[in-house]
Amino acid sequence: MKLFDILGPVMIGPSSSHTAGAVKIGLVTRRLLGVPPIKAEIKLHGSFASTGAGHGTDRAIIAGLLGMQPDDERIPNSFELAKKEKLDFSFSTINIRGAHPNTAVLSVAAADGRTLEIVSASLGGGRIQVCQIDGIDTNFSGDCNTLVVHNLDQPGHVAQVATVLAQRNVNIATMQLYRNVQGGYAVMVVECDQPIPADLVEWLMTLDGIIKVSYLNLEN
Amino acid sequence: MSYYSVKQMLEDAKENKMPLWETIMMDDVLAQHSSREASLHQMQHLWEVMKTTSTEYRASDHSHSGLVGGDSAKVTEAAKQGCLIGDNFLNEIIAEALKIGECNACMKRIVATPTAGSCGVLPAVLIPLAKKEQLPDEAIVYALYVAAGFGQVVAQRASIAGASGGCQAEIGTASAMAAAALTALKGGSSEMCAHACAMALSNLLGLVCDPVAGLVEVPCVQRNVAGALNAVGAANMALSGVVCRIPADEVIDAMGEIGDQMSADLRETGRGGLAATPTGKKIAAELLRH
Repeated sequence: MKLFDILGPVMIGPSSSHTAGAVKIGLVTRRLLGVPPIKAEIKLHGSFASTGAGHGTDRAIIAGLLGMQPDDERIPNSFELAKKEKLDFSFSTINIRGAHPNTAVLSVAAADGRTLEIVSASLGGGRIQVCQIDGIDTNFSGDCNTLVVHNLDQPGHVAQVATVLAQRNVNIATMQLYRNVQGGYAVMVVECDQPIPADLVEWLMTLDGIIKVSYLNLEN
Repeated sequence: MSYYSVKQMLEDAKENKMPLWETIMMDDVLAQHSSREASLHQMQHLWEVMKTTSTEYRASDHSHSGLVGGDSAKVTEAAKQGCLIGDNFLNEIIAEALKIGECNACMKRIVATPTAGSCGVLPAVLIPLAKKEQLPDEAIVYALYVAAGFGQVVAQRASIAGASGGCQAEIGTASAMAAAALTALKGGSSEMCAHACAMALSNLLGLVCDPVAGLVEVPCVQRNVAGALNAVGAANMALSGVVCRIPADEVIDAMGEIGDQMSADLRETGRGGLAATPTGKKIAAELLRH
């Protein structure tokens, strides 16, 4: 328990889960996409759907997609800013069985054709969990430097990723492996102590069997 | 480590021969591999944000739902007219608590202390006192560490989330933190701070979290007033030598247990209490239609 979690964070009100956490969901999605999104379809579930408008959850998610932090004073005006930044967005509600009450599904697309679908939950106090990436279950917070590798479920990809990280002196903090079916589509989530080098990501993308690589590095 | 008990925190301060605020600060600095300077700088920043929120209040601002806005200005105006009970200082505390709470509901920048819903309590007691007694920022920063130290113990032993502990965990904790901070600011001993914390929390045990339409607005904003005035009462009792018969750690444990016993309807779901009144339900239904 950090002292500045008790006094703090500095945030735009009114709710740490419905506003600050929602900004973070948008921000983590933008970072994982790697470039600014030009299109975003957002579906809100549970308490996000029923009280989201009153908590500014919708404006908060858009603010995060535009790259804002939870204490950015432009959050209430994010819809207008999205127009300027040419981010086309839409909101709807969804009911996902068994999902956390504060869950959002974000489908985003970039100008270069990149797409990403992320299901995230806001757990309270501004903390979030990324629950799904492109239909595959995951579980990470976005509070660490994170490398996400989408690959065919075949031998060798974990070794490739672990080796190249070791070569670049990037220490793995946690590693999670997920797949839809045996031999199908797999996702590897690697949380690291050091930032993930961009050229390492580019190299990984050239490998056979690697479908997509996304990553997020912490600022500062 | 961050403290699991008020008792340990006080013993450490005595053993280290350091003021309570410094014991709390150094504990966090060591745990986070941070530095004294960085920590003090961050705390000063939080105090600046609190003051900025206060000055950026506009009576004309209203929350998205329209349920909140303009109330702080009404209190200030009525106080100016001389038609309220108590002196100006007392009414400044009430106005300040409403002001920060309203700012939060209107999507302005606030410091969660310890949560967004209870963000008005600490500034409500600190801003008017700093003004009245011309206190240097340094003194306020030290008092904020004391507040954070007690808040940490509550978070570790019980909870600071309305969803798990009800409003006693939010406004109750904020009030306990503010009471300890005020006691420290007025030169009270560490033991007095602990008594102030214990008395403030005792007074708000059982407070439920029942937000109308699930929003951090009704009754949240006005409960910040209850938390702030209760903190002043507890601090003044402690400074006079009045003690809480139940030690702070045990009061905190009781709060945690009460939270566990509380129905989920009364823990931030918007299903019980004021939210479930005919008017509460009507407001929720109207908001959902728009």
